[in-house]
Amino acid sequence: MAVELDVFVGNTIIMSEEVYQLWLDGYTVNDAVKVRMEGGVLDEFDAKVDVVLSDTMDQYRTFQMCERLLHSPTKLANQLLFQIPPHRQATLIERYYAFDDVFVREVLGKKLSKGTKKDLDDISAKTGVMLKSCRRQFDNFKRVFKVVEELKGPLVENIRQHFLLSDKLARDYAAIVFFANNRFETGKRKLQYLTFQDLAFCAGQLINNWTVGAVDNMVEDMDVDLDKDFLQELKELKVLITDKDLLDQHKRYKHLCLDGKLSTLFGKQRLLMRWRLISRGLVNIATKLTNTKDVRDFFIDLVEKFIEPCRSDHWTAADMKLYLTHYTNSAHILDTFKYQVVWDRYMGVIKSCIFKMYHD
Amino acid sequence: MPGKLKAKIVAGRHLPVMDRASDLTDAFVEVKFGNTTFKTDVYPKSLNPQWNSEWFKFEVDDEDLQDEPLQITVLDHDTYSANDAIGKVYIDIDPLLYSEAASVISGWFPIYDTIHGIRGEINVLVKVELFNDLNRFRQSSCGVKFFCTTSIPKGYRAAIVHGFVEELVVNEDPEYQWIDRIRTPRASNEARQRLIFLMSGELQRKIGLKVLEMGGNAVVGYLQCFDLEGESGLVVRAIGTACTLEKLSSGSGTHTHPNTAPASNACNSPSKDGKESPLAHGCRSTHNSPVHSACSSQRLSQNFSVSVPTLIFTGMGSGSMGKDAGPLKTLLRQQTQTALEQREFPFFTLTSFPSGFLLHVGGVVSARSVKLLDRIHNPDEPETRDAWWEEIRQEIKSHAKALGCHAVVGYSESTSICEEVCILSASGTAAILNPRYMREGCLDLGGSDQRFEDPSPSSCGFCHIPYDELNMPFPAQLTYCFHCRRQKVPDVLFTTIDLPSDAAIAGKGCFIQARLCRLKKKGQGEANATAISNQLPFMEYELHTQLMNKLKLRSMNALFGLRIQISVGENMLLGLASATGVYLTALPAPGGIQIAGKTPGDLNTEQHILNIQKRINDTIAKNKEFYEVNPPDLTEEVVGSPIPEPRLRSRLFRSHSESSDELSELDLSHGKKDAFVLEVDDTDAVEDIHSLLTDASPPKGFYSCNTETMPGIYNWTSALQMFTSVRVLRLSNANLSNQALNKVFTDLCENLLKSFYFKLRSMIPCCLSHLVFSVAVPEEDLIQVAVTAVAMTFDKDQTQEKPAEKPITKGCSEAEDQLQFSLELCTDSSSINSQSSSKNSGVPESSHLSTRDRCSTWLELLRLKAHTIRRGSVKTSRRTQSLAHSVSSLEHSSPLTEGRSRSLRSSRSFGGSSVSVVKMTPLSFLPGTRIVKYVGIINMFFIRETTSLREEGGVSGFLHSFVAEVFAMVRAHVAALGGNAVVSYSMKDCVLMENPNKNQCQCLINVSGDAVIYIRETDQEVTGSTANIGLSCTSSADGAT
Repeated sequence: MAVELDVFVGNTIIMSEEVYQLWLDGYTVNDAVKVRMEGGVLDEFDAKVDVVLSDTMDQYRTFQMCERLLHSPTKLANQLLFQIPPHRQATLIERYYAFDDVFVREVLGKKLSKGTKKDLDDISAKTGVMLKSCRRQFDNFKRVFKVVEELKGPLVENIRQHFLLSDKLARDYAAIVFFANNRFETGKRKLQYLTFQDLAFCAGQLINNWTVGAVDNMVEDMDVDLDKDFLQELKELKVLITDKDLLDQHKRYKHLCLDGKLSTLFGKQRLLMRWRLISRGLVNIATKLTNTKDVRDFFIDLVEKFIEPCRSDHWTAADMKLYLTHYTNSAHILDTFKYQVVWDRYMGVIKSCIFKMYHD
Repeated sequence: MPGKLKAKIVAGRHLPVMDRASDLTDAFVEVKFGNTTFKTDVYPKSLNPQWNSEWFKFEVDDEDLQDEPLQITVLDHDTYSANDAIGKVYIDIDPLLYSEAASVISGWFPIYDTIHGIRGEINVLVKVELFNDLNRFRQSSCGVKFFCTTSIPKGYRAAIVHGFVEELVVNEDPEYQWIDRIRTPRASNEARQRLIFLMSGELQRKIGLKVLEMGGNAVVGYLQCFDLEGESGLVVRAIGTACTLEKLSSGSGTHTHPNTAPASNACNSPSKDGKESPLAHGCRSTHNSPVHSACSSQRLSQNFSVSVPTLIFTGMGSGSMGKDAGPLKTLLRQQTQTALEQREFPFFTLTSFPSGFLLHVGGVVSARSVKLLDRIHNPDEPETRDAWWEEIRQEIKSHAKALGCHAVVGYSESTSICEEVCILSASGTAAILNPRYMREGCLDLGGSDQRFEDPSPSSCGFCHIPYDELNMPFPAQLTYCFHCRRQKVPDVLFTTIDLPSDAAIAGKGCFIQARLCRLKKKGQGEANATAISNQLPFMEYELHTQLMNKLKLRSMNALFGLRIQISVGENMLLGLASATGVYLTALPAPGGIQIAGKTPGDLNTEQHILNIQKRINDTIAKNKEFYEVNPPDLTEEVVGSPIPEPRLRSRLFRSHSESSDELSELDLSHGKKDAFVLEVDDTDAVEDIHSLLTDASPPKGFYSCNTETMPGIYNWTSALQMFTSVRVLRLSNANLSNQALNKVFTDLCENLLKSFYFKLRSMIPCCLSHLVFSVAVPEEDLIQVAVTAVAMTFDKDQTQEKPAEKPITKGCSEAEDQLQFSLELCTDSSSINSQSSSKNSGVPESSHLSTRDRCSTWLELLRLKAHTIRRGSVKTSRRTQSLAHSVSSLEHSSPLTEGRSRSLRSSRSFGGSSVSVVKMTPLSFLPGTRIVKYVGIINMFFIRETTSLREEGGVSGFLHSFVAEVFAMVRAHVAALGGNAVVSYSMKDCVLMENPNKNQCQCLINVSGDAVIYIRETDQEVTGSTANIGLSCTSSADGAT
């Protein structure tokens, strides 16, 4: 008594968000049925396996047919095949382009190439995200990357318009594209503690402040490439560590401001030592950014040069914040320091990145 | 030159990539009408071409305008090789030919290819300019409106109902022509699609001509079907009800009182110039003439009619004819009779009528005939097919007469074909109509407030028996109407129509289905036809038995919307009867079901029987509660009624063999038991009882019915979901017994229902309305069930409604108040007036006691072997009928439902879509909305074929996308006409042929419906029709050109 054919088609699309999620997560029909049966939602309806199976099959087929449209979400709105209410369209797209933070954390900064795609089974094994889902997420990244690569205008806005994503998701994709484009190193062990959201925030900061788009908003790749002129200018910050006067002055001003405010009880000597180290570290990062290789190591440098020393001294986040704020501001009072604008543009980003990256 | 057709190709989008090298397409378009073809320029290298062509003008006859579709072909230009077709769009321009309907067709159409499905979309503008007075061109019938809706369309008033129109056209099936061997599947499919478009256009035109001859201007309840007869050809046939419709000015109620015309000259005028029956029913001899041909030897005939609760034989030739002369009681009736008799067939395809139209309902009449399709095809002589149907219709007519009725309502016809055998079926409900409407009364559904002074109250009048008590066509239990106490009613009533809007019911309705599967030997030709026709009466009988049992089990006493389908396959026959059960308060309460064992000595059996009995009683009690069947005055009736209360004293007989044709009268009743007795004498019976009990009732919050609306539910909200579901089961075991097969088939149907409930659970509380099942046996060992229905939400609790919607809901709460009031009234009258009513009633009673006794048996006689061999056909016909009583108008009909509160859920959710939303429903209305305009009939036929079945996800994947594509194309056409919904949508055919070994599959789907523009009840202006905006834009654009 084999069921040879079994279809159910509604004039308006029939889908349950639960099944959609299972489909997106890469469950096979049978596994999805198992999950649904175990889910207990069905108990109240006294549904038998065959009923659930038939329903799951119908929905899986619908999703498969929709998938083609989801690859270019703008088509979804004016296609005629399925009648999908707008809020459903939004759900379909948003969920389709949603990703697992654990997965994206693995591919962040990697080249979105065939090679990486081959490694997906390893990533799948490592993260516990099903291979099918990994593929979908990876292909989404690639697709978005490809589309926005050639577009002018603000990155986030482009992504939002072409893929009809929510602001939040569009920003995340912008971060992914940005990371992939600049190939930031994020996989090192020292960086493992950072979540995708930490890094996405940093990417947002970089995009908003350090790219070409921060100054000119009609260039190709404006939000993807760092502003070369700016990076060049950063070299000038070297004076802060090379010029002895400036260094001392800067140190003094800061200490004046900080006196008695830090909750951590350091010896004054210790703080002075740290100061030299940290200041040198931050300025060094700045001056090296003209090098593509060093750009890639930007995050690891931040961790090694700043976050780790602070952490070893058991700074609280609040202290760290206070410290950095005063460190930045005190440079303004220096009479002979001429690169205030560059310094602000640099430190603004560094500050917020470190705030985000510094976990207590 | 009566017409100029203009078409403009604007643009395309989402085209497929046709040139692999560039990933682009060089598209151009061919526009063809009749034999004229125009081409656009090639729009190079684009998947979203902007042709913006000139207006292509076709100067054509209006005859062609009606027959031909506009054919648009999108092609990919190829310099070196032949141009590749991307796909086609067929546009039926018929809607542009009525003055009131759409004035332009404009919108995005899916480009359809029979092999690849939808491949992008094309934006097209079509207009028609008509010249001259159309009526002078008798070959055309431009201007006659067609409606699939089986009631008077909203916003119209029927000035005259002229009656039945039918026509059929025959052609060779391109798939079976020699050329098919050398052409591609695509070419063959396209030839077929085009031919069917042409044929249905021609058919519509011919029907239109008949309507014009009759003096009408519209066809309501238009039902068009295809018979794919294989080698012997392709038949497209249609039936409908001709009317003269008048448009109601919106807003103003219809206050034209119908009592203007004297009843005596009812109906003379319209039918006079209509066709006079060549087969006046007196001369039955003509009946034989169509079958004198060579085929006659191949046919045999057998006829009988079945009536539930009794099986009787009514002679086909003349036996029943004598009976009907007598029973006409009133002058009124006689007049109607005369009026109607002037018509060839007093049939109406309508299923719901304005109050007062339907006077009495006799019962279901049906006829079937098994035919062998002629091997030699002769397209110039469709007379054979005409004759076959003529025969069947005569049969129906005579059955109706036997029931003392002069008309048949809710009439429909269908066929089932397997190889060369074809079963033709027709069924309807015998009825007596109010003659007033036959000529120029009002038949408007709009004016629900209209009430007529009628001898019998409208809430129960239709239940009163139309036939003569002394001369009953079959034995039945008669009682005085529980409502008015003046007229007799049967104990059960079966009908094919919708529940009249003013009928009094108790509780809610319920979907009841009887399923039957019977093996038959494979056979050929005449022997095969004989075997099938021998089985038919048993199947009919058994289906009715099942229906009756299930009805009792739910404590209900009437069936509406009864539809019995018998499908023939190579090795089996499938029977499926669906109906909606209701408790009519005018009819007596149904008795319970009692189980009786044949061998009382056996303790085990006794115990077993007791168990079953208990389960049955429990089920009945549970059902009563679920469907809220609480007849107001049950005990009182039983105790206090002075009318000799004929409780159902009957039993059901399981074995057919006992009902031999020798017995003229077989009283099987024990005469003692009150309840309906089921005898458990063999395993079959046990099985049956089990199957009876295994029918799961719908889960909480769900109701289902196959009629337009659910009796007992009024507060519809506007969320709805129309769906189509198809399931095919392969029988793995070749040697199944009838019993096992029945189980398989029953489970298939039950599981389908369960699936629906599960899938639609988010809509609870919800009702599945208009559940239409159609079964087929596409191949040996395959059973196919296709279902189309609509799920509609309703408000369980009126208090939950927003205060803003109070004014709307007020109407229904008032209705319920009224109901309660009348319920009380009824109780009163039954106790107080019971004595007097029996005295007052003009019907003498005692004299009929004997009749009653005689009738008290359920199975009176059955003569199955009544062959009339000289007749060249095999027929079975069946009739049912029964009884009822009622209270006041607790109704579900459209006027009420429209006034319902609605949730904004669905409409809101579509707000921002760039594609205009088109709602689809098999019902004739959309809850919470008002239909302001009918923009044209939709009648589409599609073929889809694949040679890469596996790659498309198997048969399920293939059909899933095809059904979705069909919906998409229907929606696109409706939107292009400026409509925003399809009502009375139905999928009439879904023929699936698969060959998984060759990785191939082909499917044909035929759908129809009425495109409409609706507005939400609260809105002042037209909503949701973006196409309308497009419409105005385009007309201005047109002005510029």
